Amino acid sequence: MFTGPEIEAVFAELGITHVVWIPDTAIGPWEASLAGSSRLRLIRVCREGEAWPLAAGLHLGGQIPLVVMQTTGLFESGDALRNVLFDMKLPIYSLIGVRNWLAPQSRDSAKTFAEPILNAWGLDRQWIVEPADKPKLAEHFCRCRLAGVPGITLLAEGAP
Amino acid sequence: MPTRNDRSSGMSVVEALRVVADLCCGQQIVVTNQGSARIWPKLRRRPLDVHYNPSTMSGAIPLALGLALAQRHREVLAISGDGSLLMSLGSLVTVVGSGATNLTIVLLDNGLYEVTGGQETPAARMAIDYAGIARAAGFPTSLEFRDLSDWRARAADVLTLPGPRFIRLVVSAAPAEYLTGSTPPLPEQLAGLKTSLEIA
Repeated sequence: MFTGPEIEAVFAELGITHVVWIPDTAIGPWEASLAGSSRLRLIRVCREGEAWPLAAGLHLGGQIPLVVMQTTGLFESGDALRNVLFDMKLPIYSLIGVRNWLAPQSRDSAKTFAEPILNAWGLDRQWIVEPADKPKLAEHFCRCRLAGVPGITLLAEGAP
Repeated sequence: MPTRNDRSSGMSVVEALRVVADLCCGQQIVVTNQGSARIWPKLRRRPLDVHYNPSTMSGAIPLALGLALAQRHREVLAISGDGSLLMSLGSLVTVVGSGATNLTIVLLDNGLYEVTGGQETPAARMAIDYAGIARAAGFPTSLEFRDLSDWRARAADVLTLPGPRFIRLVVSAAPAEYLTGSTPPLPEQLAGLKTSLEIA
């Protein structure tokens, strides 16, 4: 959906200072642009559960982090998300890739459970399903930041 | 068979933490959690202390790392239990990979899940070389102390060695009276921290 240079430009224009991530096959091609950016830093974590408290520390220290992972990582890191977004009440924004969302025949549980779990968390979210949706990322990020609430952009992905 | 790692002769966790608390008088940020979040406030109270409670287990080191990356001119200390570290040993690799040098991890190793009543961790009966693990992950300074007088004598110097630093303190279980009492509400603490860091 986004090229690496495109997404680096979007993130940088939003003022994002750090991208904390574990990539998947759709997001991974952004690596060279993010790692090579002079406007933001790419922070690689070993496990998605590290990403949320690391982003919390960045936020508390005055930076503007973005968490990037796949839905599988969202599921894995549920307790860390709960703690940071609900106990600590920090407005951390994230971009979550939804594997197989664009493969209608797929019964991948990584897509099946994405929305029900986000419904349970009650998190503000919006989708990017096709190229025309790309501007929604910046719009939603700014809306959440202005409101001081966490938010998620779900990125519809094809089969890995 | 694993070798039992006898922590019964470990130093007093309260006295071990008192050594750290006495050295943290300046602009350092200190992140405690689990047992240390209950002990530390009884020793010292500073606006730059974050008693990460309620926490997510294994979250203290990444939280401290985020603060260290955001506040490069300050030293940040993460005080973690061994049970928490075991949940995310990879966080040691994340620390080194991030390039942060202004972070010290103080591991309180008692082989127990202390706040849930003192159940053993999977490593309780094993001689886990945590300092060796940290060294292998790339920590330029990785040390361990079992003796309080040794720790007391060397702590100030150790905290000036090249970072990131990993310090394993072999400690005994905390006295019950140190594990009672609540920490200030987390959002309140965090608001105070941001004020101290002069962040709008």
